[in-house]
Amino acid sequence: MRTRAALAVLVLGLATACGSDSGGGSDGPVTLTLWTRAATEAVSKAYAEAYNKTHDNKVEVTAFPNEEYPAKLASSARSLPDLFAADVVFAPQYASQGLWLDVTDRFQGLDVKDKVAPAHVKAGTWEDRNYAVPHTIDMSVMLYNKDLYTQAGLDPNKPPATLTEFAEHARAIDKLGGDVNGTYFGGNCGGCVEFTFWPSVWAAGGAVLDDDGQNATIDSPEMAEVFALYRQLYEEGVAAPASKDEAGPTWLGALQNGKIGIAPGPSVWLGLIEEQSDVDMGVAPIPGIDGGESTFVGGDAIGIGATSENADAAWDFLAWTMSDEAQVEVIAKNKGVPTRTDLAENKYSAEDPRIVTINSLMAKGETPYARNFNASFNDPQSPWLETVRGALFGEADKALSDGNSAITESLQQGS
Amino acid sequence: MARPLVATEPSRSSTVDAAVETPRRRCQLGRRRALLGWLYATPTAAMVGLFFLVPLVLVGWMSLHRWPLLGEPKLNFPDNYTGAADNDLIRDAAWFTAKYTVVITVLLFVLAFALALLVQRRRRGVGFFRTAFILPMAVGFASASLLFLGMLSDEIGPVNKFLASLGLIDGYTSWTSGSPNSALGSAVLLVLWRFAGFMMLILLTGLQAIPVELYEAARVDGASRWQTFRQITLPLMRPTIALVLTLMITGSLLAFDQFWILTRGGPDNSTTSLVMVIYREAFVRLDLGSAAGISMLLLLVLVVFNVVQFAVLRRRSS
Repeated sequence: MRTRAALAVLVLGLATACGSDSGGGSDGPVTLTLWTRAATEAVSKAYAEAYNKTHDNKVEVTAFPNEEYPAKLASSARSLPDLFAADVVFAPQYASQGLWLDVTDRFQGLDVKDKVAPAHVKAGTWEDRNYAVPHTIDMSVMLYNKDLYTQAGLDPNKPPATLTEFAEHARAIDKLGGDVNGTYFGGNCGGCVEFTFWPSVWAAGGAVLDDDGQNATIDSPEMAEVFALYRQLYEEGVAAPASKDEAGPTWLGALQNGKIGIAPGPSVWLGLIEEQSDVDMGVAPIPGIDGGESTFVGGDAIGIGATSENADAAWDFLAWTMSDEAQVEVIAKNKGVPTRTDLAENKYSAEDPRIVTINSLMAKGETPYARNFNASFNDPQSPWLETVRGALFGEADKALSDGNSAITESLQQGS
Repeated sequence: MARPLVATEPSRSSTVDAAVETPRRRCQLGRRRALLGWLYATPTAAMVGLFFLVPLVLVGWMSLHRWPLLGEPKLNFPDNYTGAADNDLIRDAAWFTAKYTVVITVLLFVLAFALALLVQRRRRGVGFFRTAFILPMAVGFASASLLFLGMLSDEIGPVNKFLASLGLIDGYTSWTSGSPNSALGSAVLLVLWRFAGFMMLILLTGLQAIPVELYEAARVDGASRWQTFRQITLPLMRPTIALVLTLMITGSLLAFDQFWILTRGGPDNSTTSLVMVIYREAFVRLDLGSAAGISMLLLLVLVVFNVVQFAVLRRRSS
């Protein structure tokens, strides 16, 4: 990698020295534009900063508000940036629409291709061609407040091994009373629920979608059990009452105030929760009803904009982001999850055993794959959110069976 | 409009003066006049063409096609229109948008008219109230929506704490997504706060255009306040009222920001407006053809409302 970069520098230097004035700009160092959503901005900027220090080409990051980002991409389809990242669950849609350049040959030529987060690579694949590679990884885990565990007489070093046990722990902590609640979830947020509930379904051997993302299987007994458990926690008042209306924006705030015993949430929030309130947080895998563990491998995938004129330079950056150097010195150093399975344990993760727990989950987790994922699951007007609301606060059985057909219909739309 | 007349004035007098003018010259003058007219109209025509006609034709054209973000569109008429008719979300959104339009139009009109009557006459302190009523207009609508979201939030907003201290609410209350009615209510409150002053301003100009003599004559004739209002104010305000109602109805049928930010269309899709569905079709489902189809249908409804308004205005002027 380095020799290639050095060679490029040399060639470029010679070209400049010879006073090459061929114009076009393709020979000189280029500035690559990279778009990302606000949630990923910090990581993208850290990558860019490190890359810019050691490379002639420069990467310039522009971030957009999370909710407006898909619209921004859609409305810029004919003038895309050189690189753009997107929520990994939207990757199949963008790949199928041809918004990313086909990078199959480039990716297959990468030494580490078999060690790059497989769930993300699959998400960036459309009709057996690769369009995107992982950019950042965010996984769902159980986050629990060790101080509240101790106060409730629970062992803070023994997180729940089953979802049933999770409910018992939440109830025990809820009994502390006052402002304290046992648990919390985003009951008015499709994305939050899929991210935190589906791992329990997967851990129990259930499925949510078929492999092609054309049919939903959310009317399974595994899904019904998970919903029933959370529903009961809400009805008992163990889950904070705001769980019903949580649409996402105040989710982090609720976990940050240190009054929630244990809740599934994004692994990247571990640092954010601890820096906000002076609490000692524990991390555990999300279990199934009777055991097992899994995670939703979320985060962002990134590809080269289909209209980019700097594809080679853009790929050079992408290849670099998957290198040991970038993954250890940029990602792991900042307590992030490496996008490489072989780097789960590295010189930085050893400092915090919780990070090893998180990193090692990647191999067990899943990233659901569907072309119409956003419209079917994440959008506030999606049939999934309607299903979630019914399953948690309305007629559960009917919601799941009706929802399954509505989601399947939505998944197949336009195909 | 006045300038072309002035510019052509000398030519007209010269035609009258000189009977010897050849028909050719007259024709040339006429042509010059027409050209000048065209020239004066060009900037406006270009703006209207570029920012209204071209997009309109493009949307109409898109609505006949399956229109991908990249690549060639394919003709699929009438799929985008039949698809809209089959879509439950559109049906619910259309019903909700109509309901919202009625609620907002009635409340906003009554409030704005009341405010206008309140500050109609010059008296001490009236300037302060006029300014106070119009001030919310200074806040951008999206910012105002975010402001309300924050104010009404149980987590960070002061409203619930205040209501709880008065003993009006107990425990956790979510205005923006607790129930369909409270979600609609919070959006209505926001729109009333944000737009009542502006609508008041328009109504105020209408009120002040009514000659004072008419009121004096009515007083001399011994008309009561109510009679004056019914017989003088209302009839003479008709064009202004028609304008204000059109603005309100058009604005409500195109409602987006308030629901997009404040309620996200929830809870349970109960506050999903038609424009939100168009947004979803275009930017979530990436189906630009379908979004264009629904837009055309909505445009049709708007045209109907505007035709009605013009009819009312014409009746008045004749």
